[in-house]
Amino acid sequence: MAKITYIEHDGTEHTVEVKTGLSVMEGAVKNRVPGIDADCGGACACATCHVYVDEAWREKTGSPSAMEESMLDFADNVEPNSRLSCQIKVTDALDGLIVRTPQSQH
Amino acid sequence: MDAILGGRVVIVGAGHAAGQCAALLRQYGWTGPITLLGDEPHLPYQRPPLSKAWLKGEADAESLLFRPAEFYAENDIAVRTGVHVEAIDREAWTVTLRGGEALPWDRLILATGARARALPIPGAGLNNVLALRNAQDAERLKALLQPGKRVVVIGGGYVGLEAAASARALGCHAVVVEREPRLLARVACETLSDFFQNYHEAQGVEFVLGASARELRGQGAVHGVLLDDGTEIACDAVLVGVGAVPNAELAAACGLDCEDGVVVDLAGRTSDPSISAIGDCTRRPLPLYNRMARLESVPSALEQARQVACDLTGKPPPPPEVPWFWSDQYDLKLQIAGLPLDAPLRLVRGDVGKANFAVFHLTDENVVQAVEAVNMPDAFMGGRMLIASRKPVAPARLGDMSVSMKAVLA
Ligand SMILES: Cc1cc2nc3c(=O)[nH]c(=O)nc-3n(C[C@H](O)[C@H](O)[C@H](O)COP(=O)(O)OP(=O)(O)OC[C@H]3O[C@@H](n4cnc5c(N)ncnc54)[C@H](O)[C@@H]3O)c2cc1C
Ligand code: FES
Repeated sequence: MAKITYIEHDGTEHTVEVKTGLSVMEGAVKNRVPGIDADCGGACACATCHVYVDEAWREKTGSPSAMEESMLDFADNVEPNSRLSCQIKVTDALDGLIVRTPQSQH
Repeated sequence: MDAILGGRVVIVGAGHAAGQCAALLRQYGWTGPITLLGDEPHLPYQRPPLSKAWLKGEADAESLLFRPAEFYAENDIAVRTGVHVEAIDREAWTVTLRGGEALPWDRLILATGARARALPIPGAGLNNVLALRNAQDAERLKALLQPGKRVVVIGGGYVGLEAAASARALGCHAVVVEREPRLLARVACETLSDFFQNYHEAQGVEFVLGASARELRGQGAVHGVLLDDGTEIACDAVLVGVGAVPNAELAAACGLDCEDGVVVDLAGRTSDPSISAIGDCTRRPLPLYNRMARLESVPSALEQARQVACDLTGKPPPPPEVPWFWSDQYDLKLQIAGLPLDAPLRLVRGDVGKANFAVFHLTDENVVQAVEAVNMPDAFMGGRMLIASRKPVAPARLGDMSVSMKAVLA
């Protein structure tokens, strides 16, 4: 289990427990956190699960694969800390993770 | 308007389109009762993994659910599973369930999806002959895909090819029989067909192209597929993947316009404005292509769910989206945007031999009509934008990998 805080673009925070092995996207969907559409259900095909990873957590969440990176290249409002949340696997090391969701997914 | 927002919505079917539409209706402020009537025993779930990650054992049943049960309770959305809608009465404004119960509605939404097309040949009713449309089919298929078993896939479309790839991953033999001289004949260009065939062959899948199954043989369980040229392929299981038929009978029986699917407009309305239809059961307009089409894809189901939720809640209609689709086989990610149907020009970006390429389909004016991208998400994403903008491109730049997609779009 890892505690993950999802912050909506308007500042609303949702802190939930997510099972390890799930993705950060699945953690949001299962816990009814708004702001992550995940149209393709985690296939890294749609870029509607875009999140901004809190600076303090960037290293622990690793870097995107080449595939993910080129999807992100064309997502709206990409920042250096942008990730596709379906591609971040939850591990114990991510306990406390903070991600923000972009306005476009609301 | 408020009075309308308080009306009773009944959605027939509880699949991908239905689940999304119910959720959006609540999000957009619908206050009246919303009831989903689905004949499967499950809450709305995702079908794409049934031939991919789930079949290979990489995803569990819970992960298929589109949203958890609490979501429906919290949003006051009633999901009745295991109920079959038998008739629509447009005069009485009711639907009738098997068993006779009648339910009233003020707005009716048909989201009945499609079913696997049956193979009309002798032996199709033998044991271990299956289709792959729902979770129950997938459970049965998975149970049959034991290491060393031989499976014949009839039909070389996406579902069949994905299942063949999963079967190989599970240690089964896989033979794909396709009537057309190439795979994916209706849905992809020749470059893709050839590429996928080569890739699957390298993974040990066998193909018999330009051949039809005449009979399935066996006693109790199937043990062979007889082709029209007289050859017989021995097997332990047969997966029939010869396309899908829209579940439009309910709509047709109550007099709604149907034409290989329930005909709808851009707001998702049928020929009766108080009845909408969404998802695989519809024939829908594609404004970017000036035609009607029946699409079987999650993005189309989601788009139509939004069109109907907007229409019912009085929101402006959403801008038309570029149709798109994806498929995963082995380590290949295929993403298609637009309809690769009849554009006169074709251009390849990247390297087909390295499984890293995209085929662009262009008009005579160099406007991108469609893109088929293999392991090249930027070509897919960029191509989708080009299709929507209808901005002509310089073919030389599009075909040149040293020019980034971003630069091509600029
Ligand atoms: C194996 C497989 C793999 C796929 N892979 C992809 C993919 O990679 N990408 C992609 O975009 N799309 C894919 N698709 C297509 C995608 O799943 C469909 O487009 C999508 O499910 C359509 O949603 P829908 O709600 O219209 O229909 P469905 O999800 O089929 O839901 C319709 C529901 O209505 C029920 N129903 C029908 N009639 C009645 C009735 N009279 N009373 C009560 N209930 C009824 C049905 O039983 C069903 O549960 C795949 C489909 C399959 C089968
Ligand atoms: S859910 Fe589609 S890319 Fe993450």
